[in-house]
Amino acid sequence: MEVRKTYKLFVNGEFVRSESGRAYRPDGLVNVPRGSRKDLRDAVRAARTAFSGWAGRTAMNRGQILYRAAEMLDGRAAQFVELLGGGARARRELDQSVETLVWYAGWTDKIGQVTGNVNPVAGPYFNFTIPEPTGVVAIVAPEEPALVGLVRRVAPALCGGNVVVALAAESHPLPALTFAEILATSDFPAGVVNIVSGQRKELLPWLATHMDINAIDVAACTSDEMKTVEAAAADNVKRVIKTRSEEHSPHLITAFMEMKTVWHPIGV
Amino acid sequence: MAITKKQSTALAKQVFEYAPAPEAIDHIKIQPRYGLFVGGRMVAAHSKKRFPTINPATEDKLSEIVEADEVDVDRAVTSAGKAFDSWARLSPSRRARYLFRISRIIQERSRELAVVETMDGGKPIKESRDVDIPLAAAHFFYYAGWADKLEWAFPNRKPSPIGVAGQVIPWNFPLLMLAWKIAPALAAGNTVVLKPAETTPLSAMVFAEICMQAELPPGVVNIITGAGKTGSLLVSHPEVKKVAFTGSTEVGKHIQRAIAGSGKHLTLELGGKAANIVFEDAPLDQAVEGIVNGIYFNQGHVCCAGSRLLVQESIAEPLLEKLKRRLSTLRLGNPLDKNTDIGAINSRAQLEKIQGLVESGIEEGADLYQPECDIPTRGFWFPPTLFTNVSQSYRIAREEIFGPVLSVLTFRTPAEAVEKANNTPYGLSAGIWTDKGSRILWMAERMRAGVVWANTFNRFDPSSPFGGYKESGYGREGGLHGLLPYVELN
Repeated sequence: MEVRKTYKLFVNGEFVRSESGRAYRPDGLVNVPRGSRKDLRDAVRAARTAFSGWAGRTAMNRGQILYRAAEMLDGRAAQFVELLGGGARARRELDQSVETLVWYAGWTDKIGQVTGNVNPVAGPYFNFTIPEPTGVVAIVAPEEPALVGLVRRVAPALCGGNVVVALAAESHPLPALTFAEILATSDFPAGVVNIVSGQRKELLPWLATHMDINAIDVAACTSDEMKTVEAAAADNVKRVIKTRSEEHSPHLITAFMEMKTVWHPIGV
Repeated sequence: MAITKKQSTALAKQVFEYAPAPEAIDHIKIQPRYGLFVGGRMVAAHSKKRFPTINPATEDKLSEIVEADEVDVDRAVTSAGKAFDSWARLSPSRRARYLFRISRIIQERSRELAVVETMDGGKPIKESRDVDIPLAAAHFFYYAGWADKLEWAFPNRKPSPIGVAGQVIPWNFPLLMLAWKIAPALAAGNTVVLKPAETTPLSAMVFAEICMQAELPPGVVNIITGAGKTGSLLVSHPEVKKVAFTGSTEVGKHIQRAIAGSGKHLTLELGGKAANIVFEDAPLDQAVEGIVNGIYFNQGHVCCAGSRLLVQESIAEPLLEKLKRRLSTLRLGNPLDKNTDIGAINSRAQLEKIQGLVESGIEEGADLYQPECDIPTRGFWFPPTLFTNVSQSYRIAREEIFGPVLSVLTFRTPAEAVEKANNTPYGLSAGIWTDKGSRILWMAERMRAGVVWANTFNRFDPSSPFGGYKESGYGREGGLHGLLPYVELN
């Protein structure tokens, strides 16, 4: 007899039930936690606490941890392929997910070189611009493809040193919740990535209005949802990210980043 | 031993007695009334509403300006829309030449522009002459060079212009903000409709003449005047594909809400409450100059002003003594006088806002210091002011005052300085004063702010990106990064 898995939210490095005690059955079989506003609040708090530590890691270290996530995912490929429905398409999605992690793992220590500058100001000053993480990023995963759709947004955000609160695909949450197990075994510090499942309609407004979220990724949202989020996000001037990610791009990394410019006089 | 107010003022008077040295204004031609700059020429407005623009130092009316209405906005946007195709398709090196030309004309007409800027806005002539106008010219010169090199700016992407940009700018650096907005937009192949602030429209009217002088194709730049209502009509116009706003955080949020779901590109450069942090090993005399430049430059009408002084406890007393002494040497008065350090407050409304916040500081329990200084009888003025004994919760430590008012707080450890500096919803700039290199970089890394000045403050350059974190807005102006808001990447 099979030992079934209880699916849980991933918050602050722990697998937890929704504080609301609620669950829903997206496929009619498995109980999945139906996250609440308070679960999101806990996730944001965990992410904020983890931010300075993660942003303060060396770029190389962040790259190694992202790469380890690729290793973990590839190592459990069979399980994920089955979870994604089996067959060539599922296999391709798994491969793309692994590839995405590997690709962004290699970007952590290059994005600053490609998008940063020393600026030739007209005066005796040393002046440079570097990209820095925006902070706490909320990511709305697309319903399809449930795994690579999430990975393609989470990986560039983490690559840039952000911390993430991700909303799993409502109708297919299992790949995201299982991907949390990959994250949990890849040396990400607790709180760096948090994954919450539940109903998008209920949770999205809370993400959009939360005052301690710095950016919200709505590329997977409908145009009506985008409009609501954009308006609500103005409360704390959240960055609303709409950049599509059909392909990998360093521009998606910088979409989750701020440019900081530092000046210092030159003299004897 | 603290220098008493009386002593320091007496000392200042003794050392700094200057004869008046007003800049000549006889070469300035300000028209009694202006129309709108649409389709390459000055046109009569549809709107019959006009308002005066005054000299805030004298309250004399300088000219009458149109309050553009919906029809005027639509005409301007349509004109920019018509010009877009040919401007975007124009050979990039030609676009570059127009921008170079504009830059040169600004240089040629720099004194005229400086005087107009000072008369209309109240800023000291030495600032408009030495900072605003040269930087505006430099900005056009810098972005002119990008116009035919865009493919080198974005690796592996093909940049194309967005369309008509609707740009709304503030009154604190009128021509400079115009340059920050128009230069990158045009370089990337967009056309623009720009609305200057209602209290400082005149340098933009001179700029309209400069566009004509440069023979810029009609409709590439359109300038309409008005207040908030006009700005709101402009950013909401369906043909405007890109919105760029510099101004208050409150209005910025309003714009983000108003255009939500429209698909318009948006960049915001909003308010700030920057910490200027002085460590005990800092060269104090230089730090004092930096603090003064940080908060009293342009009467503190600066979004990136160093309005919160964080000083390490061990040196608070000597630093404040030096600072107070320096304050007493600042000369407040006629902005057209070449020796003036503190000009006029831009408007009565702004003066009242400053007064209200200063009163709140006194009520909440902070200690006020103002050097003795003669305040002219006409015009809007506020003396350089500093508050000590300020708690982080006071309004003067939290809210942007946008005036010559410094709030002084202390700290003991670098970690405490970081905590206090970042304890604000804003994140535009920060200042660090210390002789220790490793500490500069350690601090710079931890400041949640878009611009960090170490052992200097309030430096600007066209090649240097500028913009905020958090509620100070998003997007960058200046440098390579300043092109990004004006292109689509394919």
